[in-house]
Amino acid sequence: MNIDFEFLGDTLSKLLAAVPTTLGLFFASLIVGGMLSLVIVAMRVSPNWALNRFARGYILVFRGSPLLIQMFLVYYGLGQFPAVRESFLWPLLRVPYVCAIVSLALCTAGYTAEIIRGGLQSVPHGQIEAALAVGMSRWTVLRRIIAPITLRYALPAYSTEAVLLVKSTALASLVTVWDVTGVAQQIIQRTYRTMEVFICAAAIYLVLNFIIVRALGMLEKKLSPHLRDRNATSATAQKKSSSVALKAATVPDSQHIDS
Amino acid sequence: MNTSTSIALSATNIHKSFGDAHVLKGISLDAHEGDVISILGASGSGKSTFLRCINMLETPDDGEVKLAGEAIEMKRGRDGRLQPGNRKQVDRIRSQLGMVFQSFNLWSHMTVMQNVIEGPLRVQKRTRAECVEEAEQLLTKVGLYEKRDAYPAHLSGGQQQRVAIARALAMHPKVMLFDEPTSALDPELVGEVLRVMRALAEEGRTMLVVTHEMGFARHVSNRVMFLHQGQVDAEGTPDDLFNGRCSERFQQFVSSHHSRAAN
Repeated sequence: MNIDFEFLGDTLSKLLAAVPTTLGLFFASLIVGGMLSLVIVAMRVSPNWALNRFARGYILVFRGSPLLIQMFLVYYGLGQFPAVRESFLWPLLRVPYVCAIVSLALCTAGYTAEIIRGGLQSVPHGQIEAALAVGMSRWTVLRRIIAPITLRYALPAYSTEAVLLVKSTALASLVTVWDVTGVAQQIIQRTYRTMEVFICAAAIYLVLNFIIVRALGMLEKKLSPHLRDRNATSATAQKKSSSVALKAATVPDSQHIDS
Repeated sequence: MNTSTSIALSATNIHKSFGDAHVLKGISLDAHEGDVISILGASGSGKSTFLRCINMLETPDDGEVKLAGEAIEMKRGRDGRLQPGNRKQVDRIRSQLGMVFQSFNLWSHMTVMQNVIEGPLRVQKRTRAECVEEAEQLLTKVGLYEKRDAYPAHLSGGQQQRVAIARALAMHPKVMLFDEPTSALDPELVGEVLRVMRALAEEGRTMLVVTHEMGFARHVSNRVMFLHQGQVDAEGTPDDLFNGRCSERFQQFVSSHHSRAAN
């Protein structure tokens, strides 16, 4: 098989033109889903029985059922209810792009809520007690101690969720959104050249995810100087002997996190 | 006993149960200003729980706590047990009680300096410049000024505990509560923490110290309270207690500690 560079270049430029749509789906559902997940996790850890059960049910449903079906239900299903069609939300909810964002956000909120809950559980109880003992209000403890520590614990798992979300945006093509995958299928229908087109599309997702993983990795590193090699962070430690530096540098990052 | 000075802290008839275990069976304590009171007892005798009831980290089932004459408002819940009546008041009282924990509990995501200024900054709403200046003095006092930009994970246990003491002092507490401050430390690190505590005692700070350090109880504190199974078994000056004018149980406790130290 000869490589048709002209076709590849043409395909790539068409697919790149759809990247803003894919990124729009990603960021909108990341932000909306992120905010929703805070509500869900607050309910999930609430002592209130009803709120707790609701959150558990929500997580069960949105993690346990296929995203594609959720998207079809939002896109095809909601319009069957007259109440929805007559509501002020209808001009929004009949747009495929909005439907895709809504279902992506609903789904990622379920996963993100569980990731945040895992982070919350790993906040050492003693550090919360220490904050209470200096007289911080419960809100201040949440803002200054619990939230920052949770963020640091949750970030590695959250970066996985972000990557999955980028890939999930491809499903939006099935509710007629012209994202990267949608445009790819359009080209294939016209040219029957499946291989080249999908490889170009996959490469685009790969680059997007690479950038996202690196960005979140940098954020993680910036937020966690206390878990890093001490020689890299504290000025006083620079005086330490090079043998100590070598030893510390060879310890993998994961061990710092585990300890 | 310092009866001439006013009472800084009083706890009256404190009861606490966890499930069926009646951990505290009516413990009372008056600490006058400048008192250094060591609270001793075997593990499970309730000494840590008693200390934690004073700043409401554990809610006593019954009894009263007063700081400088102000009683912590309590109300009785439906189950008949007490609960704090006014959360704001509890927060305010806690800010006047400096607590030092067995496991240090420094905030792991903050530097030493941030740990020390956090309380004064967020709770007392003092200016940052003022907090930092005072924190520098306190860190110098505990011998850790050079470590002000280090993170807790990069410090030894003894250093972490000295930071925790500086953090508590930064709030200008009326009374300091120490919950087994040296129990989690390697033996060679105990001394540095005890030296700081001794210096605080010599400044005339009011301190309640739950400890296993017999030397501290005997030579630094001016009063000793010995708990056994949730009750006060013996109480008095170290002189009285350690020189045999006390319960047999206390003597056994002390001699078991000595034999352990000798091994």
